[in-house]
Amino acid sequence: MSKKDLGLLILILVVGAVVTAINPRFLSTINLANTSNLVALFGILSIGQAFVIITGGIELSVGSLIALLGTLFIDFIAVREVNWPLAFVLILVLGAIIGFVHGWLITRLKLQPFVVTLCGLLIYRGVARFYTADGTAGFAFGQNFPDLEFLTAGRSGGVPNSFIALIVISIVMWVVLHRSVFGRYLYAIGKNEEAAKYSGIRTDRVVTSAYVICGVLTALSAIYFAMYTRSISPASHGQFYELYAIAAAVLGGFSLRGGEGSLVGVILGTVLLQELQNLVNLLGIPSSLNFAVMGGVILIGVLVDQQWGVFRARRRMMEATRQNVAGAPAE
Amino acid sequence: MISIDTTHPNTAPFLSLEAVRKTYPGVVALDRFSMEVRPGEVIGLVGENGAGKSTLMKILGGVTRPDSGTVTVDGAAHDGLIVEQSIGSGIAFVHQELNLFENLDVAANIFFGREPLRAGPLKLVDRAKLREMVAPLLKRVGANFSADAPVASLSLAQQQMVEIAKALSIKARLVILDEPTSSLPIAETEKLLDVIKGLKAEGISVIFISHRLHEIERVADRVVVLRDGTLAGTLAKHQINHDEMVRLMIGRMLKEREKAGEAARAPGSVALSAHAIRTSTYPDRPVSLELRRGEILGLAGLVGSGRTELARVLFGIDERLAGNVTLDGKPLDVGSAADAVANGIFLVPEDRKLTGILLDLSIAQNISLPNLPAHARRSLVSTGAELATAEKQKKNLGIKAPSVLTRTGTLSGGNQQKVVLAKWLAMDPKVMILDEPTRGIDIGAKAEIYGLMRALADAGVAVLMISSDMEEVIGVSDRIAVMHEGQISGILDRQDFSQENVLLLAVGKKPKLLQAAGGVE
Repeated sequence: MSKKDLGLLILILVVGAVVTAINPRFLSTINLANTSNLVALFGILSIGQAFVIITGGIELSVGSLIALLGTLFIDFIAVREVNWPLAFVLILVLGAIIGFVHGWLITRLKLQPFVVTLCGLLIYRGVARFYTADGTAGFAFGQNFPDLEFLTAGRSGGVPNSFIALIVISIVMWVVLHRSVFGRYLYAIGKNEEAAKYSGIRTDRVVTSAYVICGVLTALSAIYFAMYTRSISPASHGQFYELYAIAAAVLGGFSLRGGEGSLVGVILGTVLLQELQNLVNLLGIPSSLNFAVMGGVILIGVLVDQQWGVFRARRRMMEATRQNVAGAPAE
Repeated sequence: MISIDTTHPNTAPFLSLEAVRKTYPGVVALDRFSMEVRPGEVIGLVGENGAGKSTLMKILGGVTRPDSGTVTVDGAAHDGLIVEQSIGSGIAFVHQELNLFENLDVAANIFFGREPLRAGPLKLVDRAKLREMVAPLLKRVGANFSADAPVASLSLAQQQMVEIAKALSIKARLVILDEPTSSLPIAETEKLLDVIKGLKAEGISVIFISHRLHEIERVADRVVVLRDGTLAGTLAKHQINHDEMVRLMIGRMLKEREKAGEAARAPGSVALSAHAIRTSTYPDRPVSLELRRGEILGLAGLVGSGRTELARVLFGIDERLAGNVTLDGKPLDVGSAADAVANGIFLVPEDRKLTGILLDLSIAQNISLPNLPAHARRSLVSTGAELATAEKQKKNLGIKAPSVLTRTGTLSGGNQQKVVLAKWLAMDPKVMILDEPTRGIDIGAKAEIYGLMRALADAGVAVLMISSDMEEVIGVSDRIAVMHEGQISGILDRQDFSQENVLLLAVGKKPKLLQAAGGVE
């Protein structure tokens, strides 16, 4: 764990302690289970985003994708009666295809990630609304999918299964990002794509793969979100989720220029964001201030981190000067 | 080494430094250093990287203060200058890395921040007046471009002229040129040297810093040699020669230049053959080239003659519009750098910091990057294997760094270049293309890199070296191919090597060959 991650963890613990002191319900089983479920849902999403950000890209369409894929998933299993494992796989494949198209547009046609995924944001939201005729996708009364519901919204020994899924995914993605050849390529491309290309890396494929990974993880979280809310109105479902994911990555030490950040960081970033949401609820802060609190904390966090860096650089320089002054008269 | 200055014996020096000393934590950057610059004098300043040239420049620019010593400018003695004093007394810098706004035109660059304004509250720029002010400056530097030309459209030499015009616009009395020619091709260098002579004729002093000693030989009135932060010696005009400068710079004689005429190597089989290749820069000019095993083929020519473009096509970075390539006689289709690398065709690119290495990665990570799967088990990177390869290469190439985990960005230019070489040497090169491999590298490291290239050739690798440094092309190559406007204008064998011949071919003229049936295609 890097110093940055450690700082974030301490911040999470301090905020948690303060909230608990004011409202002990923060540590209640039910609150922890709920919060960890949300951490899982947003965590899966944010890991996907992190893979794109590490290459120096950005994926703005994930919120709309969650609406579109969630709608489709519920439609498949509730209306079209596709058996759910098949629908599950279909949605993941769809996520992968969309990610691939984004990657292809960005690497082959040289479009900017911001532009491509901004268009995606608009298109998928529009398609989702059209698909349901601006209605709501949901389950009919008494419709049950016990296995699916257990996997997505159920708990094992009090721990939400979604959270267990997040832990498994985090471990796998940690290995991929921090230990694999592919992960090294991602960092190299994020640091300097040209130089990576000159080292014989097929940068187009690596970058496209990052978007595919993001697409698949987004699709997975879309299913989790769908099963969590159980009814989706595509006009608002998943709105701003791309910003939650980006915020989590930035809080976790990712640079939007690429090449920097750790998996632990993005998970901790997600935890902090959900903790803040929870804090707003538990401390009786008007929920309309939700975004303002989140924005304020991110700003302060990034500012402190940056100022700390400046402070350390200055201290180093001062020390060097002092040594220099002390050393000079001796000769 | 005491010299008697014969050029301006009676004029008072414009600038003089006396016993200047500057230390940084742990390093004495400059010690007991004294020098004088007289009006209208061209001083050649040479020294290896790290010899103290940059520190000296910083002191003259007022960026840093010496610990002790005196800096006298125009008769006024100071303990050290501040930036305003430096500018105010007419000291102007033209840096190696140009500080121009490429998106603005020449005039806007020269008077940036000091534009003549029209009357009125809007403070609009008076374009007519601006042009009037720029015209004489451009004339003085002998510019062949207009004040309206966007800087992006100018060649490097022309951009340098803009910088010099900028220096003149603040009424410079001493112009300091920091490696102005390191990225200039031959013909453009000529122009710059002419500009220096022009400045001298106007009574403006010049300090000319360069690693290209033959240029110093041609324009300097006096040469000041720095070594390890001290004055290694001063050479008066009649004493200036290449070997003497090198001796003072490194404190010993260096056999940097291999002498031609050693037993002619038997040419190996053709490794890489390019036939009628067309690049996107010169789509109508087919290029053909044969590269043999065991040879160093020098590729000379002016900047913009299509050498780098050819290298980029061979390495798969740029698209090949037409033509075909064979490797060891077999057709080869290189669609990407990854294909080239898989086939043992490696490129040491021109721009080391942008494309050669990743400055933020460690030495070990840079070296393993092109061959990472070989340093991995089941797609997981094996740090042990990576470090072992890096340690081996660090030792082989003599990379000077505290450890292989050191960030590459902190290394000197020469050591960075060695890291670029190391990543390819760790693999199995068949064809090695080096684009300006010694640019911005000090003399000691240069010699090592020449040695490495020769060792590669001796091991049967086909080496293609693109270089704009005449001495280097002639000293290192086994054959020299010269490009002119997108095509190979001729290939010289050893007996026909001369600066004159290379230059003639570079501008598209016929060389003077010993044998009538020489290498011109």
